[in-house]
Amino acid sequence: MAVETPAAATAAPRRTPRGPLRGPRFGRNGSETLAAWLFLLPSLAGFLIFTAGPVVAAGVISLLDWNLFSPPHFTGLDNFARLGPDTTFWSALGNTAYFTFVSVPLTLLVSLGLALLLNQGLRRMAVFRSLLLLPYATITVAVAFVWVWLYIPHDGLINAVLGVFGIDGPAWLISDDWAMPALILMSVWKSFGFGMVIFLAGLQAIPQQLYEAARVDGASPWRTFRAVTLPLLSPSVFFTVVTSIIGSFQVFDQALVMTDGGPGSSTTTLVMYIYRTGFQNYEQGYAAAQSMVLFAFIVVITAAQFLLQRRLVHYDI
Amino acid sequence: MTSDVPALVALRRSPVAARRLLVFTCFLVTAVTLTPIVMMVLVAFQSDAESMAARPSFWPGSWHPENIGRAFDLVPLGRYLLNTVFFAGGTALLETVTAALAAYAFARLRFRGRSVLFGVYLTTLMIPSQVTLIPQFILVAKLHGVDTWPGMILPHAFTALGVFLLRQFFLGVPRDYEEAARLDGANRWQTFIRVIVPLAIPAIATLAVFKFISQWNNLLWPLVISNSDSTRTAAVGLQVFQSTNGTQWNLLLMAAAITTVPLILLFFLTQRWFVKGITMSGLGGR
Repeated sequence: MAVETPAAATAAPRRTPRGPLRGPRFGRNGSETLAAWLFLLPSLAGFLIFTAGPVVAAGVISLLDWNLFSPPHFTGLDNFARLGPDTTFWSALGNTAYFTFVSVPLTLLVSLGLALLLNQGLRRMAVFRSLLLLPYATITVAVAFVWVWLYIPHDGLINAVLGVFGIDGPAWLISDDWAMPALILMSVWKSFGFGMVIFLAGLQAIPQQLYEAARVDGASPWRTFRAVTLPLLSPSVFFTVVTSIIGSFQVFDQALVMTDGGPGSSTTTLVMYIYRTGFQNYEQGYAAAQSMVLFAFIVVITAAQFLLQRRLVHYDI
Repeated sequence: MTSDVPALVALRRSPVAARRLLVFTCFLVTAVTLTPIVMMVLVAFQSDAESMAARPSFWPGSWHPENIGRAFDLVPLGRYLLNTVFFAGGTALLETVTAALAAYAFARLRFRGRSVLFGVYLTTLMIPSQVTLIPQFILVAKLHGVDTWPGMILPHAFTALGVFLLRQFFLGVPRDYEEAARLDGANRWQTFIRVIVPLAIPAIATLAVFKFISQWNNLLWPLVISNSDSTRTAAVGLQVFQSTNGTQWNLLLMAAAITTVPLILLFFLTQRWFVKGITMSGLGGR
């Protein structure tokens, strides 16, 4: 099958040509409509019940006071008003933003650097590509435990390595200032493979003639990178940034295992707070309101990126 | 860090030296990247005393393969793994079947409201799963689906992503094949089963593998919906393991390794599809 570039995967769907396919048995439109709905039925039923319905319901539940055990009370916007003085919520939002805006650029740089490195001699580099993808193919929860072990203060592996270079490593997961950077480092390690694969696909799609032309013009490697590689890779970069930010805003697994939100609330993320509100304090209405705020942030940030892409992303080859 | 790396400067002067430097750099980066996975396995085979000492050791002083059995004895890890295969496999299977059917309708059949409906599907792609988490939980709880397989599998088996990916693929299938089948007197269902599905096997396999791997990784939903060993997945099982055997690093990491290794093996077997799945989709779970 044709490998799609990420740009194509995110571009507007093509209109199907309206060529009438009228074989002997395909006369009336009525039968086609009926057939279409029959084909759609299983997916559509599940989609309406488990995806579209719940999205609407989340909006409704956010207006209720409901602990699941007693009947719900309609409280209007009270849940949203509660968010204002809720300092834990704001610090969770701040922590999530901190995580996102540090881990996404770092992951992007590592992904891009490794994709460029592997692209230098890709034919014989297939084994490296597979090995470098391994962290992405692991389970977040499982590898989070290993990272807790790596981060052991004083004598842990990471601080032992830092010690070789004469650096006195921090207490990582039990330090207010270093717990979040520790989570970020682990997350970059876990997720760079995703971007790396997408960038490799993007690099493969760049026509070689352009590099030839740049060479004939005597362009320096850096200039070639700036003028050829980066513009032509920009759709892949854009796609990766958008999906990574959406993913980072939902960070949960590694924080739950590695720090459980601590020390204090320095690594409590938004999703962790939603989880605790809804499933430990049983305040479903309040948790739904928090999830709506998370959704609003994702929509705003994604919309901003789509506005920016007009100026920065080149889709024409 | 990119085109300025010395390797490239040297590349123009001495291809052999450049090649060596390139391979060496790849080796170094790969070694650092694999360290956590290697350490997970090494610590898993250490003795209790060694793994719980104040100073962690990085190479087992003595090897203890019996730790594998001990990890399986402490919590029903085998059961959890089987449950995970059930959960991830069931979700992947249901998703690919229903998505293929719907994608065919969107790609090939004309009906009123097609583009509107497809638009509705697409808009849900951006909604974070936490928004639907609470209503889905309430729905499943009201239907008495907590701690049951339908309650685990159904809510995650009807995503717009699968429909979107397969529709893209179906649009690229030449219409001549279908025309030929129809002239031979096949009806729509026969055309779909005999012509479209065989051509789409690679795309369907890609979606299935990718979905399987992403669900194996899913922690939040099983954490919320399974509350007994009968449906508990490995990801949730590790949490239980941690709370009961927290300081036993060797057994904890053995359990983590046992949870991860099947997935890594699956990854190597299905790498082609897995990579394609990443390239085609935006399912970058973190």
